[in-house]
This record gives sequence, structure tokens and C-alpha cells, in this order.
Amino acid sequence: MQAIHKTIFLSMLLLGLGLGVGVAQNAGASSGYPTSKNDFTHSEQRGHGLYLRYCVGCHGDLGDGEGENAPYIDPKPRNFALAIFRCRSTPTGTLPTDQDLEDSVERGLVNSNMPSWRPTMPYDRKDLVAYIKTFSPRWKTEKPGTPIEIPAEPEVTPERVKAGETLFQKLECWKCHGVEGRGNGPSADTLTDDQNRPIKAFNFHDGTRFKCGSTDRDLYKIFMTGLDGSPMPSFVDNVKPDEAWDLVFYLRTLQPMKTKAKMIAKQLGLRPINPAGASAQPPANPENK
Amino acid sequence: MKTQNKLAGMLSALVLVALGALMLSRNVSAAGEGKIAGTVKLAGTAPHQKPIDMSKEPFCQKLHADHPVTLENVVVGSSGGLQNVVVYISEGLPVAAASQVPSEKPKWDQKGCQYIPHVMAMDVNQHFLVTNSDPTSHNIHPIPTKNPQWNKSQPSGAAPFDVSWANEEVSIQVKCNIHPWMHGWMAVVKGPTAVSDSNGAFTLDNVPPGSYTLTAWQETYGTQTAKVTVAAGKPGTADFTFKAK
Repeated sequence: MQAIHKTIFLSMLLLGLGLGVGVAQNAGASSGYPTSKNDFTHSEQRGHGLYLRYCVGCHGDLGDGEGENAPYIDPKPRNFALAIFRCRSTPTGTLPTDQDLEDSVERGLVNSNMPSWRPTMPYDRKDLVAYIKTFSPRWKTEKPGTPIEIPAEPEVTPERVKAGETLFQKLECWKCHGVEGRGNGPSADTLTDDQNRPIKAFNFHDGTRFKCGSTDRDLYKIFMTGLDGSPMPSFVDNVKPDEAWDLVFYLRTLQPMKTKAKMIAKQLGLRPINPAGASAQPPANPENK
Repeated sequence: MKTQNKLAGMLSALVLVALGALMLSRNVSAAGEGKIAGTVKLAGTAPHQKPIDMSKEPFCQKLHADHPVTLENVVVGSSGGLQNVVVYISEGLPVAAASQVPSEKPKWDQKGCQYIPHVMAMDVNQHFLVTNSDPTSHNIHPIPTKNPQWNKSQPSGAAPFDVSWANEEVSIQVKCNIHPWMHGWMAVVKGPTAVSDSNGAFTLDNVPPGSYTLTAWQETYGTQTAKVTVAAGKPGTADFTFKAK
């Protein structure tokens, strides 16, 4: 007799569960929540759920950066439909790698409203990136660029810091970032991004972090690949890898933290560069005339 | 034996077809002498072109001290001809002619803190050179919508960039963030194209005989179209008139 009761109880339980699952599956269609497209992969589907929970408020339903918070945010949230990303390890004009995007989600973007999403799990960020990539057809027709090669970091020396200072002047970084790296160069107040919105040049005295990371390698990557969509161009065509490290060391001297580079700058008695000396040279390549 | 004959027959047929195709394509390129010529005019008074203040770049300011540079949104010649209008074939071009990519590399120069030329037309996948003739750095930042956007620094004396665009787009705005007054346009089209000169005159070369829709694009006034027919040995003509707003 007890066995029969048990069977009845179990079958009721199963029936209830089945119904529950069925209702949950149909909830999307009837409850007003957006339903997922059917051709999503498992990862994209999961990413969609996470996106609706964490990202939709700023980046919007369509991933166009027009979420309900967007009007109150500056710089504006990324428009994923354009597939143009600041933080890449790949050359300018190419798509970033998945790892680049996952890193941006994890790290957040300093001086913007994009927080760090480190509390999410790595597989969450993978799924989020998979979903974000469904917003632009570029991900179907193009492959991510080949990451630029970054040689091992050399030892910082006074010669390297000096060479970096020369580059800072020669490449005219100061036109936007200012002679002291305070983001107040002569061109700083007219800078606009690719959507013609005003944008600020980075102030090196602001803190320890850059938009795309805080390590020396991140800094190397930032100016070599450029920040696509922003006024920051790529320098990889005209700066050799060894010179790039020199520039990294010089830029470190502009920051507030006590680094080895900064100590060297103090010993050398480095002063803000002289802009007048920078543009007085004639073109080195006569073919361009 | 029979199968061998059959095979030989098929092979020869194939060779014949291939030869025929080759002849046809030759014909198309041989008919490349066809031309479409015409002029673009502006009706009404051209809007005032404001002078550009280059005081932020002392070298360029000094360079243009005698003759201040103005905006180039509407450039009208003495005869009323409208300069910097891109003219291209938007409909009717046979695939063979549309897919021919010119081998010459036009030059997009940054000189005196200006883009020279201000408007450039090129073929899809046609290579062009970006050069810097100034003793100052420029960053070249094209902002396309149908091609990938890039942004490269070109310091004084740097080697030219050899680049191309993979998709049709009329037109891509180009700017230099260091010198915000610098801006220009690149038109990426398939097939013959031209940019009107200071008299408003343009000539499209290598147009095979046929009936076409010609489109003219001007950065301020937008596009206009015209129908034109090119017969063997008889060039087509098309004139455009944009109305000043």
C-alpha cells in the first residue's frame, strides 16, 4: 500500500516539475521579456541572459550604446553594432581578440562609467563576449587581427628614459597630452571621437591606471595599436619595438607613483619638454616633398 | 575507344568555351576607349567659406600667412564650375568593367596642414599612398561606416602608408585630430570615376559602350543622378547643376 502511495507521490512530483519547466520556457513569449533568437549558440544564449542583467542599462537592448542610462553618461557607452573597440592587442582597423574583450569587461575602463566586472566568473565573461559579438555582422565576415608582438621588457636605464623623452617630443605626443602629460596640449580642447563627441586627452598625473590596463605591457599596447574610435592613433608603423619601451619608461615618469623610471628622471633633472624645438626641424624624408 | 573520343570532344569544347570567354573579356577592355565627359556647375551664390585659423600650428600658419586658407565645403571656380564633385557610374556597368582595379596608386598628401587633394575618388581595393610633407606630425583618421575605421600617426619624414578600401563607400570622411580643421573625403566606387576640376569639368575614362546611371556627389549638397549612353566611338556627355542652398 505504501509503495502505491510512493509511486503516486513521485509521479505527481514529476508532472509538477514538467509543467513548471514548460511554463518557464514559454514565459519569454508571454511575459513581455525579449525572447532570444533561436540561432544562438549555448554560449551566446547564456551571454544574453547575463547581458540583460548587467549591461543592458547602458549598452541597450540593441547593443547600440543607447541604454536608458546612456544620456547621463560621458564618455558614452560603446556601440557594439559598430564593432570598433578601444582596447585591443591587434592593429588599428582590425577586430580585437576575444581575450581583449574579456579583459576589458574584467578590468573596466578607467575615467568612464564602465566598472570592473571581476566579480563575474571567467566563463560568464566569455559568454558575454560571445553575445556582444552577435550585434555586428563584422564578426561573421572578418577575423580578429594578429596581435602585435611585444618583446620582453628591458631594464630601465637613464639612456632609455632620455630616449623616451626625445620620442615624446618628436612624435608630438604633447600636442594633445601636454608638455607635462597633463592632457592639456594645444590640440586637447578640440578633440572629438569618431561620433564627433568631445573627448579628453589622458592626463598622466591622474592616477596609476590607463584606459586599457595598468602594466607596462598595457601601456606599450595602447600607443602601438592606438585606441580605435578615439583620437589616439596607432604608432606601430613608425616606432620600433625597442623605442616603444623607451617611451613607456618616459611616460612612467609623468605618473604620480614612485617608479624606478621616476627616480631616474629626478636624478637626470628632467624638465617638461620644449615644444618650440619639436616642430622646427625640416622633414627628414625628402621624397615626401 | 568510344569514351576516349567523348572525352576528347568534351575537352576541345571546353577549350573553345574558354577561348571565347577570353576573347569576350578582351573585347570589354578593348572597348575601354569610351568616355563620359561633362561639367558640374553651381546655381546661385556659393556660401561664404570661412578662413581657417591655424595659429595652433605655427609652421602652417606661417606657410599660409599671405593667403589664408578657407574651408573647402563648396569650391566654385571663376566660370561657376563646382570643384571636388565625385562622378561615378552607379548603375549599368558590366561586372567585368566594374571589377577592374587600376594599378596606379593615387597620392593623398598632408601638406601645409591640408589634405591634397581635398576629395579623392578611387576604386574598391585600389591601393593609394598617404604621405606627410609637413615638418609636423599628423594623425590620419578616416571614419568610414562600411569599411573598418583606423587611425595612424604619421610623424614628419615617415614613410608613406600604402592602404586600400575593401568596400564601396561614398564617401569616407578623413580627419586629423591634432589639427581639427583638416578634413577631406575619400570616395570608394567600382569602375571608372573622376573628381571635377576647378572648372567643374570631369572625364570618366575606360567606359565600355552601354547605358548608365551616373551619380555626382558633393560633400555639402549630396547626390544627383543622370542617364547617359556611350556608343562605340561616341563619348557620352552629362552635366550636373547643384543648387546653392
